[in-house]
Amino acid sequence: MTATEENGTVPQEKKPADEKPAGENPAGEKPAKNRRTRLISGPGMLLLWLYGVMVVGAVSRSAVQISTEFDKAPLAYSLSAVAGVVYGFITYSLVRGGETARKAALVCCAAELAGVLTVGTWTLVEPSAFPDATVWSDYGMGYLFIPVLLPLSAMYWLRKARTAGSASAVQ
Amino acid sequence: MLDALTVATAVAALALAAWCGWAAYRDQPTKDWHFIGMAVVSLLAVVQLVIGIVQLARGEKPEQGTTIFVAYLLGAFACIPAAGFMSLAERTRWGSVTVAAGGIVLAVLEVRLYDIWGG
Repeated sequence: MTATEENGTVPQEKKPADEKPAGENPAGEKPAKNRRTRLISGPGMLLLWLYGVMVVGAVSRSAVQISTEFDKAPLAYSLSAVAGVVYGFITYSLVRGGETARKAALVCCAAELAGVLTVGTWTLVEPSAFPDATVWSDYGMGYLFIPVLLPLSAMYWLRKARTAGSASAVQ
Repeated sequence: MLDALTVATAVAALALAAWCGWAAYRDQPTKDWHFIGMAVVSLLAVVQLVIGIVQLARGEKPEQGTTIFVAYLLGAFACIPAAGFMSLAERTRWGSVTVAAGGIVLAVLEVRLYDIWGG
């Protein structure tokens, strides 16, 4: 881990980054040549499951609320829909794998974290703007704080996937 | 009837979560016995789905709306099988963790179902 972290600073964007051999993944699979870095091995599978749950939760919730009672709290329901789209994209990136998807997912996780923190603070400071809850209200308390914990663990995992990939590229 | 089933499913889901959590703690993937456990919990969810729909057909109304009730019933039904297939794809302790997380998610869904039905 410490050795690979130093390698993490080596600039490696010049390479055709997408088709890196899958380095050491915890599943102990053989590193297949010319395969995308698998992002859903080991802990990645748990992340995929939780993101899948959040996709279903956020999308179905906002779909029901927007179609039946949009006027009651337009801002809250729109935010839930946006959250659902972000979760959907991250889930897709995790399944797809590869360097580009990894970076895209990383950006989306940062956006997700920013969203949770912003909306969470917003709901606490000015509850009147939100007659009804969103997925991200009170930092995701209604969802066992998964919305705020998930991007943190996902970013940790995705960064680790990068250092694992670069270690195998350097060796 | 439905309330009792909801409670039973929630308890079974938590038991499954604890069991698979124990397997993960001992660094084991899900085994045949775990899949039998998942099948039992899934069966409870199927029975719940059927009884829930029968209750609706009889004209009973859930307190918080029929759409939401059916959506949660379907979610509860799909929850454990989905986690089970993911643990088949991930033959390490993390597959067990995934099923454990699935059990907890199902338990939460059951609590919500209880509220939605108005128990």
